Amino acid sequence: MKIIVLMKQVANKDAVLRIRGDERWIDDSDVSQQTNESDGYALEEALRTKEAKGEGEVIVCTLGKPSAKTVIKDALARGADRAIHILVEDENALSPYQISKAIADNIREENADLVFTGLQSDDASHGQTGVILAELLDIPHATIVIEVDRESINGSVRVKRELESGWYQWFEYKTPSLLTIQSGISQIRYASLKGIMAAKKKEVRDVEVSVEDFESGQVVQKVYMPLKTKQTQILGDGDAKAGAVELIAKLKDEARVL
Amino acid sequence: MILVFIEHKDGVLNKTSLEAIAAAQNIAGDTGDSVAAMIPAGSDIGLAQEIAGYDIEKVIVAKNDKLGTYTPDGYTDAFAEIIRKENPNYVVMAHTYQVRDFCPKLAARFGKEMVGDCIRYSNEGGQLVFTRRIFLGKLDADVTIKGEGPYFVTFQSGAFRADNAAAGSAAVETVDVEVGDPRMVPEEPFQEAKASVDLTKSEVIVAIGRGIKSEENIKVAEELAEALGADIAASRPICDSEWLPIDRQIGSSGQTVAPKLYIALGISGAIQHIVGMKNSGTIVAINKDSEAPIFDLADYGIVGDLFEAVPTMIEEIQKG
Ligand SMILES: Cc1cc2nc3c(=O)[nH]c(=O)nc-3n(C[C@H](O)[C@H](O)[C@H](O)COP(=O)(O)OP(=O)(O)OC[C@H]3O[C@@H](n4cnc5c(N)ncnc54)[C@H](O)[C@@H]3O)c2cc1C
Ligand SMILES: Nc1ncnc2c1ncn2[C@@H]1O[C@H](COP(=O)(O)O)[C@@H](O)[C@H]1O
Repeated sequence: MKIIVLMKQVANKDAVLRIRGDERWIDDSDVSQQTNESDGYALEEALRTKEAKGEGEVIVCTLGKPSAKTVIKDALARGADRAIHILVEDENALSPYQISKAIADNIREENADLVFTGLQSDDASHGQTGVILAELLDIPHATIVIEVDRESINGSVRVKRELESGWYQWFEYKTPSLLTIQSGISQIRYASLKGIMAAKKKEVRDVEVSVEDFESGQVVQKVYMPLKTKQTQILGDGDAKAGAVELIAKLKDEARVL
Repeated sequence: MILVFIEHKDGVLNKTSLEAIAAAQNIAGDTGDSVAAMIPAGSDIGLAQEIAGYDIEKVIVAKNDKLGTYTPDGYTDAFAEIIRKENPNYVVMAHTYQVRDFCPKLAARFGKEMVGDCIRYSNEGGQLVFTRRIFLGKLDADVTIKGEGPYFVTFQSGAFRADNAAAGSAAVETVDVEVGDPRMVPEEPFQEAKASVDLTKSEVIVAIGRGIKSEENIKVAEELAEALGADIAASRPICDSEWLPIDRQIGSSGQTVAPKLYIALGISGAIQHIVGMKNSGTIVAINKDSEAPIFDLADYGIVGDLFEAVPTMIEEIQKG
């Protein structure tokens, strides 16, 4: 059982975002980075699937800057077997089709049984890289997967998809197939010290690519702070305690909800 | 032509498709295109007549037995055939979970990608500029699309209003489409056992997000909830970590609530959370980050540490 997991490095959720000089993306030169949230769950599901099978290989693939190596190192320490790093200078200048195409070209020959991706990146938020990749690899896909019936994997796999407003649906897929994994599918393990040591010996293949121009891509013209539409009363002027006093008074006397 | 996708389950319309019609009519006003609607169906479908009551040129029912229940393979085959036949300039859809599931695949089949989850668009000298929310709602991005159509665009729920879809009368055309054997077999959709707490009836809700930092800290919020006679709720990451059960989750994959008072502690305000609480009466946000998108929704905000604000709030409430 061979499983490929796509993982992306993104700006830390609590990072203060500054817009770049050309206004086309954030200035990420000194922003702390982390693994995209749902990709961590995708890795965990891949590891559990391999463990349930009792055999197999989990391969992590990321497309990004050299700094994305930290994502790979962490994944290897948690139990992935090897990694492919597709090196590009600025993945944020690429559109999802270009990213999917570059990844497809570099993983096709692995002939994996399953490909897991996160359901959405926390920065670009396209929610489509996995689905395009499945089409390019000519394999079926399921999005927003919240449970994988690991016992069922045998030339096919049963997966539970999240639908809107509390509905779910099971689907049976032939393998190979691609699943985009929803956050919360299981609890993510931490890397053990043993895992961290073992990771140092694992294979990381660097691939240098020059991504072809994509004549149908979307182009970011300008990035900016959302326009405010509501008049919010900000209380306390930076002093949380003073704000709390004012707030309770306002909730009583102005909004009359207490 | 602008082709709009009409989503339904067993012939029952997904109302966000009307927002997509409104979006398509708007775009048509800018590009001079006509609008057509596309309904995949397993057999003849009454919904076609309902959609024919809008101001569009025609309703295309793409018919095949295999389209009776949704599969991404089936829908993509059917849609691709209609697109090849009609050669639309734009393909417009509401950004639902189903659309997320097949639209990128459909676009990729034409060597294209989707411009997804747009919140608005503008016409700048003949060039359409689409706005998407990125970084979990912290920033907006204006994007243009290169190359020739069809351009695949999806809009966030609420970006256009369903009641703005102009009425009219359209022809209905049924096309027998070819669909390959889907590589996936769907079972019946279902709902999990009823939630043990029904937050839809709560008058006051104290909701916690990742800003609460640890499971032990939840008691801080619980004390506030107790002082207010409120129920506790949470954003998704809190339930993902199993700090609170899933039936406390508010948002697109949790409960939708509208209490008199909603207090968000350490919640950033991503769209998937907001859709579940935006109709609350009075909204309070306490967040360290003055740029957190939740502040755009709040009536009252405190920019600061929730661990400083909450104990003082409790004291003030208890003073009576
Ligand atoms: C298909 C899909 C479905 C989803 N469904 C849902 C859903 O139903 N419900 C849902 O909630 N999410 C859902 N999400 C996830 C959603 O996109 C966000 O990731 C999530 O809502 C973020 O939760 P948060 O605000 O708690 O965390 P974060 O975005 O990490 O925000 C934490 C906030 O806490 C603040 N903070 C930190 N420390 C403090 C402190 N000491 N005092 C005050 N403030 C502090 C930070 O400034 C930050 O703004 C879904 C996503 C997808 C893609
Ligand atoms: N540069 C990348 N490298 C590796 N995986 C990626 C990359 N971009 C996107 N992905 C994967 O595709 C998923 C969806 O991303 P997106 O389409 O940008 O929302 C992510 O959760 C990742 O699993």
